[in-house]
Amino acid sequence: MITRRKLLVLLPAAAFAWKFVLAGTPEMAPNYNRSEHWWGMLLDIDKCIGCGNCVRACALENNVPEGYFRTWVERYHVSDWHQESPQVESPNGGKDGFSPGAAVGGKNFFVPKMCNHCADSPCTQVCPVGATFHTPDGVVLVDETYCLGCRYCIQACPYGCRFLHPVSRTAQKCSLCYHRITKGLTTACCESCPSGARQLADLKNPADPIHEFLKTHSVQVLKPHLATGAKAYYHDLDASVR
Amino acid sequence: MCPVSKFKDAEHLIRLVGAFVVGFAIFLLLRAYFVPKSFGEYGHYRGAALAELSSKPISYAGHQACEDCHADVLQAKKAGKHAGVNCEACHGPLARHAEDPASVVPQLPDTAVLCARCHEENIAKPKAFPQVVSKQHSGGKVCKSCHVPHSPLLQPGGKQS
Amino acid sequence: MTVPVEGFMYPNEVELQWSVLIVVYPFVTGLVAGAFILASLERIFHVVAVRPTYRLALLTALAFLLVAPLPLQLHLGRPERSLEMYLTPHRSSAMAMFGFVYLWYLMAVLLLEVWLEYRHEIVLLSQNTKGWKRLLYRAITLGSSNISEGALRVDDRVGWVVTLIGIPSAFLLHGYVGFIFGSVKANPWWSSPMMPVVFLFSAMVSGIAMVLLLYMAMMKIHRLPIDMRCVDTVAQYLLYIFIIDFSLEMLDLIQRIYEADESFRSLDFLLHTRLFFSQIVLQIALGTVVPIVTLGLIQIFPVPEKLRRIAYAACGCLTIIGIFAMRWNVVIGGQLFSKSFLGYTTYKLDLISREGELVAAGLLILPFIILAVLIRILPPWPERQPTTGD
Repeated sequence: MITRRKLLVLLPAAAFAWKFVLAGTPEMAPNYNRSEHWWGMLLDIDKCIGCGNCVRACALENNVPEGYFRTWVERYHVSDWHQESPQVESPNGGKDGFSPGAAVGGKNFFVPKMCNHCADSPCTQVCPVGATFHTPDGVVLVDETYCLGCRYCIQACPYGCRFLHPVSRTAQKCSLCYHRITKGLTTACCESCPSGARQLADLKNPADPIHEFLKTHSVQVLKPHLATGAKAYYHDLDASVR
Repeated sequence: MCPVSKFKDAEHLIRLVGAFVVGFAIFLLLRAYFVPKSFGEYGHYRGAALAELSSKPISYAGHQACEDCHADVLQAKKAGKHAGVNCEACHGPLARHAEDPASVVPQLPDTAVLCARCHEENIAKPKAFPQVVSKQHSGGKVCKSCHVPHSPLLQPGGKQS
Repeated sequence: MTVPVEGFMYPNEVELQWSVLIVVYPFVTGLVAGAFILASLERIFHVVAVRPTYRLALLTALAFLLVAPLPLQLHLGRPERSLEMYLTPHRSSAMAMFGFVYLWYLMAVLLLEVWLEYRHEIVLLSQNTKGWKRLLYRAITLGSSNISEGALRVDDRVGWVVTLIGIPSAFLLHGYVGFIFGSVKANPWWSSPMMPVVFLFSAMVSGIAMVLLLYMAMMKIHRLPIDMRCVDTVAQYLLYIFIIDFSLEMLDLIQRIYEADESFRSLDFLLHTRLFFSQIVLQIALGTVVPIVTLGLIQIFPVPEKLRRIAYAACGCLTIIGIFAMRWNVVIGGQLFSKSFLGYTTYKLDLISREGELVAAGLLILPFIILAVLIRILPPWPERQPTTGD
């Protein structure tokens, strides 16, 4: 039963929440200026516990079809110093978590993977029609109403983060939850990560805590020799990670 | 050779060039008609796509939305070990609930399944992260029988912190 | 997705993106380039011996060029949007620019050359035939019926220029396809500056072999004598270009084995397992070494005519199969290993689906049907055409 008292509490709270939570066909927050942001992500291997929350959250937030992944988690096992031949697995992308694993020694850790939103992305370079592109705020997006489904971008991505949507038959990938970050929210994966292994970073905002982190800790990107300008920064990334 | 006959001999080529010109004109017409108006606004893509991609509906409300109504839970969490765990990490996407609380009543997650996702022992989890082999740890008892999820750490003697 | 995977692959990589249709496509454009280069041998380099194959080579190139866009259309997720490639081409994309290279080659080179070569007959046929054929020929004449000596001289001169431009255009047409693969830095099997060159030379080999086979087949069908001087010369050129092609491919392979970089173990494993039959047996042994040795022996030792004809036919067939295998090894092979270099997947080729076996087979047969139609409309050897009284 909704009493007057409850209403007095609920209405202003709801009004305040409304500012952040807009349903239907919400536009981005009116004060969002694209040129003031340059988005990246910090992935802290030290903190990833392989719970799979991020994979599930992304699938729910973005209607990702079963069997395809906008983000996924890999588990690595590196025995002794054999950096060149790790054993890696990603059962259903880590969506259902991982089995406890046999105690075999060596190094074992989780690595979350996603689109790196490269500043010099090979995928946007090869798109024949301009269906995939960089936004002014550094996010690589796919325009699904324009994509032909030629899959050149999927071939060109060195990180395997793209796929062809089985229903729309257009290319798809992580959009850095563009519909959320333009409203001042964080991405679905970061929101649901319980350990802070995934954190959205605004590289143009000096007040962003990740800024400081990136300046004071060792970070790496995947496949740096390909000079893609990847903006998904990994902390504590082992040499065996591909 | 007189220019008139020269022209006559190349007349078929001029017709061919004409055909090409017509073809090109058709191409330009197609271009004007089919290329979306906002194309090229910000770069080589359909400018309107930016607004469209920003306007998709959200499923996760974000912890701030939860905390605006559930300040009591925020208080309970603040001093505990789950202070950094956002609400929807356990409760799932609740944007619709946040927008209209009465319309969607969230189900409480089943701790028997939920807690294990993070805290079941795994060789690849960071060693410092609290993890147990649940069968040995609780002997089949469900997690909630001892731990309060919002502030789960038990004091020595089994009391809740 | 129930595709058997060995080792680890990124979850999105398990399913192959580019199917057998993308194997058919470079195979077909390769035949176009190769056939055209053979035609230009006579026109530009005055290798008179191959004159009997000139028109056939042009028509072969045209038949295959008309089929070339079809595998691409069938492969697209949204074929109804394919016009976008011409309306808003992304200049940094090799695929987009290829659309214009194709258009240029079709319109400004091949069709133009065929038209100029045949114009004399077309005008005559437009006056001597009846019914729909008359309308067709009249349309192709573009309304001009000038076949005076002067006009024909103009045609010859312009045709010569078109062929001259056509040679680099043909190189561009198929070299570009090689570049589409060779420029993908994410894939070490593809990424190589040699790719356009290797593709081009293997294209030339396949095109020449195809025209050789078609010429011999057509002479047999019409019970006409095969010009041995012609086929001997064509086979000679086939051998020369084959040697260059083989050298380039071996150079690539040897360098990879020697440098043994990060991707090498993956590729090596593939070659010994999933690609063993298509690469070692079909492409290298049967498709390249056997034809080269056979054609080489014919150059060194005198071989009787009948035996030579059989040898040319066999080599031609093996060559074409070998070049198809090469395209398969590049396109499919390049997608079988993970970009993590830690695993392999399998290519599931369906029989009946938009990108399946039947469709691929159909696309490979279609050019021959088109060629048959073209030959009826534009006979390559008018003086030898049996009178059927149209």
